[in-house]
Amino acid sequence: MHALPGISLILLCQLAGETFVQLLELPIPGPVVGMLIMLAGLVWHGAVPHSLRLVADTLLRYLALLFVPAGVGLMVHFDLIGRDWLAIGLALLISTGLAIAVTLLLFNLLLKSNNSAEGERRGG
Amino acid sequence: MADEIVDIWVYLSATPLLWLAATFIVFQGAIWLNARLGSNPVLHPVLLAMAGLMLILLLTGTDYDTYFEGAQFIHFMLGPATVALAIPLYDHRHAIRRLILPLILSGVVGAGTAALSAVGVAWLLGADRLTLLSLAPKSVTSPIAMGVTEKLGGLPSLTAALVLITGSLGCMLAPPLIRLLGIRDDKVKGFAMGLAAHGFGTAQAFGISATAGAFAGLGLSMAGVITALMLALAGAWI
Repeated sequence: MHALPGISLILLCQLAGETFVQLLELPIPGPVVGMLIMLAGLVWHGAVPHSLRLVADTLLRYLALLFVPAGVGLMVHFDLIGRDWLAIGLALLISTGLAIAVTLLLFNLLLKSNNSAEGERRGG
Repeated sequence: MADEIVDIWVYLSATPLLWLAATFIVFQGAIWLNARLGSNPVLHPVLLAMAGLMLILLLTGTDYDTYFEGAQFIHFMLGPATVALAIPLYDHRHAIRRLILPLILSGVVGAGTAALSAVGVAWLLGADRLTLLSLAPKSVTSPIAMGVTEKLGGLPSLTAALVLITGSLGCMLAPPLIRLLGIRDDKVKGFAMGLAAHGFGTAQAFGISATAGAFAGLGLSMAGVITALMLALAGAWI
C-alpha cells in the first residue's frame, strides 16, 4: 500500500509531460519532460516523499529488465544489421572511446579551474 | 498426451501471460548465468536475456508481435522509470548547483561528441539512414534513447541494442582511458562513465567509489536530457 502515492505521482508527472509535449508538438519524449516536471516539483517541495523514493528505487534497480522487450525486437531488423554491422560496430567503438576521453579531459580541466577560482575568492 | 501438450501450448501462446512470464524467467536466468561468468560486462544479463528470448521465439516460430503482446507490460514501465530518474538528480542538487557550468559545458560537449562521432563514422562507412537515426542517441540510458529514436523516426529496438552494446564497450574502454589520461579525480571518472556509458558505466563507477557513482548518475541523467534536447533541435533544423 505504501507504494501507491509514489506510483500515482510518477504516472501523474508522466501524464503531464506527455500532455505538454502533445500540446506544444515538441520533438522530445514525453517522459523526459515528465522527469523535468518531477524534478521541479521536488525542488519546490524540498524533499523526496518516502513512498516516491521506494517506487523510484525499485524501478531504477530493475531498469535493465525494462529494455529486454524492445531489445528482442532486434530480431525484426536482422537484415539491416547484417548490412550495416561493420559501420555500426566501428561507430560504437570509436564514438564511445572518444566521448569518454573528451569528457574526462574537459571536465577535469574545468573542475581544476573552478576549484582555483573558488580558492582565490576564499583567499581574497 | 502429445495432443494435450499441443492444446495447452496453443491456449497459452494466445495469452499475454506466456511471454510476460518468459521475459521474467529468462532475465532471471540471465542474471544467474552472468554471475556464474564473473559478472562480465560484455555478457550483460540484458544481452544474454535478449539472445535467449530471440532463440526461444525463433525455435517456437513465434513472431515478435505475439511476443510483444505479453512483454509490453514490462516495456511500458520505461516511461515511469525515466520520470524516476528525477530522484537521483534531485539527490545531487547541491553538487549540480556548485558545478553547474563545468557540468553543462562538459555534458554538452561529451554528449555531442558521442552522438556526432557515432553518426559520422557510420555515415562515412555508408550505413543506412535508419541505422544513422537509431545510432544518434546510443550513449543515453535506454528509456530516453528509445523515446528519442522514436521521435527522430529511427528504430527504437535497434537503438535499445546499440545502447546496451555501447554500455559494454564503455565499461571496457573507460579504465584504460582513465589510466592513459592520468585522471585522478573520482568525480571526473564517474561523470565521464555515466555520460558515455549510461547505467552500465554508472554501475561500474560505484565500484570505484560512492562519489564516482553519484557523479556517474549525474552524467547519465544529464546525457539523457542534453541529448534529447540537442537531437530535438537537430531534428527540427534538418
